[in-house]
This record gives sequence, C-alpha cells and structure tokens, in this order.
Amino acid sequence: MTNHYIDLKNSDVILIMGSNAAEHHPIAFKWILRAKEKGAKLIHVDPRYTRTSARCDYHVPLRSGTDIAFLGGMINYIMQNDRWFKDYVVNYTNASFIVSPDFKFEDGLFSGYDAQKRKYNKDTWVIEKDARGIPKRDMSLNDPRCVFQMLKTHFSRYTLDKVSSITGVSKENLTRVYEEYSATGVPDKAGTECYALGWTHHTIGSQIIRTMSIIQLLLGNMGICGGGVNALRGEPNVQGSTDHAILYNILPGYLKMPAASLDTIDKYLEKSTPVSKDPQSANYYQNYPKFFVSFLKAMFDDKATKENGFGYSWLPKLDDGAHYSLMHLFDKMLAGKVKGLFAVGTDPAVSSPNTAKVRKALEKLDWLVGENIFDNETYQFWRGPGVDPKKVKTEVFLLPASASMEKEGSQSNSGRWVQWKYKAAEAPDDAIPVGEITIKIMAAVKELYKKEPGAFPEPILNLKWDYTDIKGRYDALKVSKQINGYFLKDTVIEDKAAGTKTEFKKGQLVPTFGMLQVDGATSSGNWVMAGSFTATGENKMAKRGKDDPTGLGLYPNWSYAWPVNRRIIYNRASCDINGKPYNPKRKLLEWVGDKWVGDVPDGPWPPMADREKGKYPFIMKQDGLGALFGPGMAEGPFPEHYEPLEGPLTKNPLSGQLINPAIQIFSGEMDKTANASDKFPYVCTTYSCTEHWCSGALTRWQAWLLEAMPELYVEIGDILARDLGIRNGERVRVSSIRGAVECVAMVTKRFKPFQVEGKTVHQVGLPFNYGWLYPKDGGDSTNFLTPTVGDANTFCPEYKAFMVNVKKI
Amino acid sequence: MEITRRGFLKVSGAVGSGIALSGLGIDLRPVHAYADKLNKMNRVKASKQVFTVCCYCSVGCGLLCSVDKMTGKIFNIEGDADHPINEGSLCAKGAGFFDLTEANKHRLRKVLYRAPMSDKWEEKDWSFALERIARLIKDTRDAEFVTKNAKGELVNRCENIGHLGSSNVDNEECWLMSVKCRALGMVYIDHQARV
Repeated sequence: MTNHYIDLKNSDVILIMGSNAAEHHPIAFKWILRAKEKGAKLIHVDPRYTRTSARCDYHVPLRSGTDIAFLGGMINYIMQNDRWFKDYVVNYTNASFIVSPDFKFEDGLFSGYDAQKRKYNKDTWVIEKDARGIPKRDMSLNDPRCVFQMLKTHFSRYTLDKVSSITGVSKENLTRVYEEYSATGVPDKAGTECYALGWTHHTIGSQIIRTMSIIQLLLGNMGICGGGVNALRGEPNVQGSTDHAILYNILPGYLKMPAASLDTIDKYLEKSTPVSKDPQSANYYQNYPKFFVSFLKAMFDDKATKENGFGYSWLPKLDDGAHYSLMHLFDKMLAGKVKGLFAVGTDPAVSSPNTAKVRKALEKLDWLVGENIFDNETYQFWRGPGVDPKKVKTEVFLLPASASMEKEGSQSNSGRWVQWKYKAAEAPDDAIPVGEITIKIMAAVKELYKKEPGAFPEPILNLKWDYTDIKGRYDALKVSKQINGYFLKDTVIEDKAAGTKTEFKKGQLVPTFGMLQVDGATSSGNWVMAGSFTATGENKMAKRGKDDPTGLGLYPNWSYAWPVNRRIIYNRASCDINGKPYNPKRKLLEWVGDKWVGDVPDGPWPPMADREKGKYPFIMKQDGLGALFGPGMAEGPFPEHYEPLEGPLTKNPLSGQLINPAIQIFSGEMDKTANASDKFPYVCTTYSCTEHWCSGALTRWQAWLLEAMPELYVEIGDILARDLGIRNGERVRVSSIRGAVECVAMVTKRFKPFQVEGKTVHQVGLPFNYGWLYPKDGGDSTNFLTPTVGDANTFCPEYKAFMVNVKKI
Repeated sequence: MEITRRGFLKVSGAVGSGIALSGLGIDLRPVHAYADKLNKMNRVKASKQVFTVCCYCSVGCGLLCSVDKMTGKIFNIEGDADHPINEGSLCAKGAGFFDLTEANKHRLRKVLYRAPMSDKWEEKDWSFALERIARLIKDTRDAEFVTKNAKGELVNRCENIGHLGSSNVDNEECWLMSVKCRALGMVYIDHQARV
C-alpha cells in the first residue's frame, strides 16, 4: 500500500475494483465504512455482486480481464473533460517530458517488438535530454511529442462505445463511475483505489495497476491522505516476505538479483545505480551501493572484504532475461530437472495453476521437505487421487512447525507497519519455529561441507549463521537486529546540513539507512528495515503508543513503518511547490520555516520551489517525478488492453493483438489452451470466502470455519442455469481443456450475463479453498481449471479469467 | 477486580455445589451459566496477556492470548481492544484463532517421514530428519551444480533444488530462508507473493 488501512477513512471516493474487501478484508472494510459514514462515495466494480457491492453506493459488473479497457476509458474521460489536476500534473509528473521521435505505437504494438522472442527491445522507449543530460520539458504540455499529449492520443481510442463493448459495462455505468471518481481531481478531494488478487491475477495485472496509478497521478491523488493505490494483500506477512525477497528476482530490500553478464561487483553496481543530472532530483537510489554492500556484510560478515568484492561472486547469477518463478519451477520439475523441493507454509498442489501439471511434476522429485502446522495436499501428493504410492520414489519429510502465537518475531502488514509479537505458549510436542528448522538444516549442511569436499563450498562456509540463543534455540531478536544492521567499526556520521558529527561505536545498531556505508563499515540484512531499532537497541516494532498528533490516524508511535516510519509514501506530493498542503482540511505535511511538520517526509529537503536546495517529490524515481510514461514495463510505457490468454473473443476490438504480446507461452504437453471454443463457452473466475484462507490449508482443519463453508461450489447466474437445466444445489462438473472439478451448483443472481461485441457472454466463478485431503468429499482444487500463464512483468498466474464448460452430473 | 488463583478455585467450588443443589429440584441453570461466565472472566483476569498478530490477511489485527500462569497453556484468544486498526474486532477467521493452537487435534506434533514407494507416514525424531535432509541437499547440489551457463558466464547456481514459501511466517524467518537459499546458490525461489 502507498497508504495504510486506517487512512481509508480519509477518502472522499473509494473505488474498489479487483477486490471483495468486505469478505476478504473485513476489518479493512470497517475503515472504508467509516469514510462512508462521513459522506464518502463507495463504488464497487467487479464481475460478481458480493457483500462488498451490497455495502457500496452501487455495483458495476465488468467482464473478467477487461480492467484496462475500463480504466483506459476513465483516462480518456479525464482528458476530454479536463478533469486533471493541472498544478500537480505539470509539477509532479513526467507529463512535460518529450518522447523520442523513434517511439511508436501501431495496431496494439509499441516500437521494438520481437515476435519470435515475444519481447520488446526498449531502445526507442526513451525521453529526450538536453546537452546537460536533463530531460527536455514543455511545461505548457502542448508539444505533440510530450508525454501528456501522447497519453491523451493513446487513450482517445478508449471511447465509451468501445469500452462498453469490450467490458460489457453499460455506457451509463461507465459515465457514472468516471464522473464521480474524476471529481477528486481537485486540491481538497481525495480518491483512493483498493485492489487485491482481482487485479494481480491476470496476464496484464501489472499494467492494470499502472493504469490506475496514471489516473491517480492525473487527479493528484498520490501521496495524499485518503489517496493512493492500495493493495489489500492477502497473507499476514506477504509484505515482509516480499521485503525479504523469498523470490527469485530480488534480494532483501528490493535489491536486484545479479545477472550473469555482470561478473564483477563494480559492473553490477554501475548497472544498478541510477544517475540523474538534474540537481532537483533526489534520485535516492544513488545510494544503492551502500545498501548492497551492507547486505553482503550481513550475509558474510568479516569474510566479505573489499578485496573479494564483498563476496559478490558467492551469490548465484541469473541468466540475463531468464525467469525462475513458481511456474518455471514446476515446468522444470515435470521435465525431471528439479530433484529436491522445500515447501514451507504453502500448499502448491492446491494453490498453483494447472493442478494436474503440478501434481504430476511432484512425482518426479527425489525428495520433498515440508514445514507446516497442518498436513496438506502437497505433502501427501504421493497418495493423492489417481496416484499409486508404490510407484512414487519421492522421500518426503513433514516437519512440525510452531503456530504464529507460539513464537516471537515481527510481521509486516500491507500498510508497511512492522509489528512485534510475542510467544504466548510452547508449540505442541516436537514442533519448533520455521526459523529454528531453517537454522538447524543449514547448520547441518554447513557441517557436511566442513567435513567433506563439495561443489563451491565458499558461500555455505562463509555464511554468518549464529542466530541461536545460549540454549541453542532460534533467537528472533538476534535475527531482527542483523536485518536492521550494525556498525562494524567505529564510525563518525557527519550531517553537513545540520553541521553535526555523531560517533557510533562498533557493535551499535544503525539507527537509519541514511547512515549505511559503502566501504563495509556497516551491515544491514535489509536496508529498508535499518531504523527499526535505535542505536542503543530499542525495538521500535514493539511500540504501542496511541497518540495521533495529526488526527489523521497515522499513529506514528504504534509499531514501526518502513521506510523511516513514514506512514504515507510520496507524502511531499500532498503539498504545492511551496510546501503548503493542497488540502488544508487533511494536513499530512507542511513546510514551516525551515522544516517539514507532520508525517515523516519523503526526505528532508525543502519543497521544489526552492530551486537551489529543493527536490521533486518522487524521490525514488530517477527523475524525481511520477511516471505517466513508464518504460520499465515489459509490454509498453503506456498500458493497453489485451484479451486474456483464454477468452470469448477471436479478435481484440482495439487492435490486431489479441493477447498480451510480452507474456511467455508455456507449450508443454500439459499446457493446452482453448480460446473462443464452443466446448468451453463460459468465462470463469476464482475467489475466496471469509471463512477460508487461500488454499484452505489452515482453515479446512478448523471445525467452526469448515462448518460455515463446508465444500466447493460454482456460482452460476440464474439465466445460464435455466438454459443448462441446472437447479440450485445440484451436482455439476466444471471443466476446462486442462481438467475438471465436481461441485455443488449455486444458482444466483450475483452473476449477470454480459453483452460483449454484440454477443451474450456468461461468466461463472468458484472459490479456490478446497483440496482432496480434508474434508473428505469437500471437493478438490479449482486450479485443475486454470492455465499455466502469468503476467509479463511479475509472472503472477492468471487465476481470474479463463474458459470453462458446466454440465449437470 | 484482581483475582488470585486461590480465589479462582473458590469460584470453581461454588459452581460445583450449585450443580449438587440442582438435584433438589431447584433450577440453578441461570446461576450456573453466570458462574461459568464469571469463571472464564476471572481466568482471563488472572492470566498472562500476550500480544500477537493475526496470521491470515495482511490487515495486521492485534490479538491477546490469555495464558494460564500455572500450566503455560493458552485458553482464550480475542481481539486487542487497544489496537488502533481492529479496535478489538476480528473477522470470522480471526475470531477462531484459538483453533490454531495445540487445542486443535489436527496440529502436526511429530516429524513425519515417508520412505520411497511407501504408502504411509512414519514418526521420526529431529536428528534423523536433519541428518538425512542435509545429506540430500549436499548430494543433490553437488551432483549438478552449475558453475557456468551456456554462454560460458560464471553463474554458480544450484538449479535442481526449489524453495516455495512462505508469507505466513515472521520476517526474521523469511530473511533466514532468503539468505539460506542464496548461500546454497538456489534460483528457483518463490512464494505466495506471486500466487
């Protein structure tokens, strides 16, 4: 989240799209309803009418996978009706930048496309710079090659007629949402957007979110109270697990995984550290080398030296442009190339797309290590439906873990609040924390490499691994301090602006990431968390102060929010260029005299009207400005609507490109797809319910929750059900070209047919919370239906739009 | 009202005699229910209150575990009324948090092992598991460690072991897993952030 949960109460218009907040984030929804009590408008855009729709002012049904078309229409509306916030757009975004004349867009494709590789060469996706290397700008925004005009032209194709025909949303509903939401494009109104897996689970997921970010920048809704683009994330520590990078593509603190072509630390740092010639751009990532070297010091301690490149060569290197996501992992596993697997607190035999492929792949493993508090379908794949255990060679270990209240440690919520929790009781019998399991396994591996020769032992032997207490048990506080980081030698920190010098002793904790050093004098396991402790060891994550000096619900003394306890990021954009709040009623920040007052500002510099010392507000961007033109994306600097890999249409109504041109197509034997096929005529989507959580691997074992939601069902609109002769409560078979599930039919008015390109298109939906292991006869994984395909940037799988058939059994 | 364990036992005794009296034809059920409530309330008051955070969605609701000081067992979990986000309230899953404790009979308690071609779990101890897993990791990694890629670039990768999970464990545990995987040279590393 750019903002945080309580801040939802500060909004004037809340667009909930890609989320069913009332059912999946009930407590977050309380803050949405607080906004409503104060007069805010709530709008729900979703294929299905849910309990969220019921509490909103109104619900707008939309065909799954057409969100970019819907939002693109809103950009067009904002442009045509002059709803954009001029002062903000001109000063705080790259609207005025001039785009290279070589950059083109034609029939759904941007310049530089390689159809063979399904990838873009981005050489033409650049902005023009002057002789000093500073972006050229036209502050009048009239230049036909400026970002603003090009954006306007790009989305002028998203007319009401076109958008209505693609999305199945009536023109009246489109106009109503566009009108009401764009009314927040004024200084004293805030609009926010709440999304969840309904946006990320698409082949175009990242670009949906980017389209909304463009809207928020155009309306001046970014960096303000009650604004932002807010991911209501679905797991208790998914923010923290992402921050700490249990992911192939990043290292802790969003540092880049080294690519094979960067064979030295110098080359890596040069490539990873952005340079800006504009003196008003803070370009905060110019500090990248300090964060990276401090990370290597946290990993390898005194074994990482300047002479050995701080152990850079000990890190694995990814092939340039290659991906190693969950879908790639199962693809390789099926091919017999992955022999061992750890599955910690996860149930991919239910939760991964294309279940038949995943379960077949698991049979190829030599060994599997599971760590969890309950058993699940992944750990017992060897006796799943249709599997003969006598033919499965896999050695399986299922290690009992402590539940969350049985261990001390921190969790980060979606609003980046890192909260410290305590151990309430011992775990039962032999169960121990996952942290302790990890420590013990790796310690045993280290022992083996000490005793015997082996492949490339250096990183294993040199890894700092002393995170136990005197009794040899996992010490969360010790790890947490290592993540924060230490001064590794006596260090004097000079603050030139304040004219002060402070000396820190070796062994003290680093109180903020601004003090991290490039020469190995500091460690930090994750730079964004440097500052979660004071230099003397106070744990800020454990704070329970309830004061709220701004009255905006920031609670600066409750837990610790990264970065540097900032509660709303990009907050300098809530003020005009002189540092005066755009909205005096919700004063998040104000430049008073020579300092900022309010939330922790995005950097100490004066507001940007000070041409000498002032900085632009988006300090993490190389150019310091919000990116309406975003060349970092895989499929283009402007978002564009493409149909899902499997959909009801044979032609994209907007261009000759039916599907996202930059997605990877998996083409193995088990990767069949059926676009616009008579055999699979209905659009299908998947979702959760209040009583179960994700694959249901925790909640299905709980009697109270299971009784409330006992088994798999498919929701079918009453018109389609009548056509198919299916009555409420009857057993049906839902199938895609990849697989099928049997379940109960729930005939409902919550799904209505869509009119798409002159045709009637029906949509159905199923929850994804069930698996064969428990309860008996509760139904198996919905993901037997879903395809192995993901977003072009993130490889989030497409769980939200694919094609099925439904038949009475 | 502060109640000592001794006082708590007295309340329990009163409940016991109430049940005995009901044999005389006097309906003491309302008294019994009230005493039960009092009993639980007093147990909560006499307990150690331990703060924790919900383990489902990412809102980060606070909960208070009531722990019996004598047995060290959790006997009640409810929303933390002082918490600024949830203000004591919880959703259906959070309200059922107690069912994640050892009171749930489905909790895993022992190391389980399934041998190749076997059709059942066997109980093992930690030393067996740790020794065998470390051996498998080393042998698997050593057998196919990739020093150079197809282009001849130095990559130092272990491509034949994957790691999935978890966004359902604490930050400190996430960080340990993240660096463990990197030290082993693993690249197939993923978790729920992507699914």
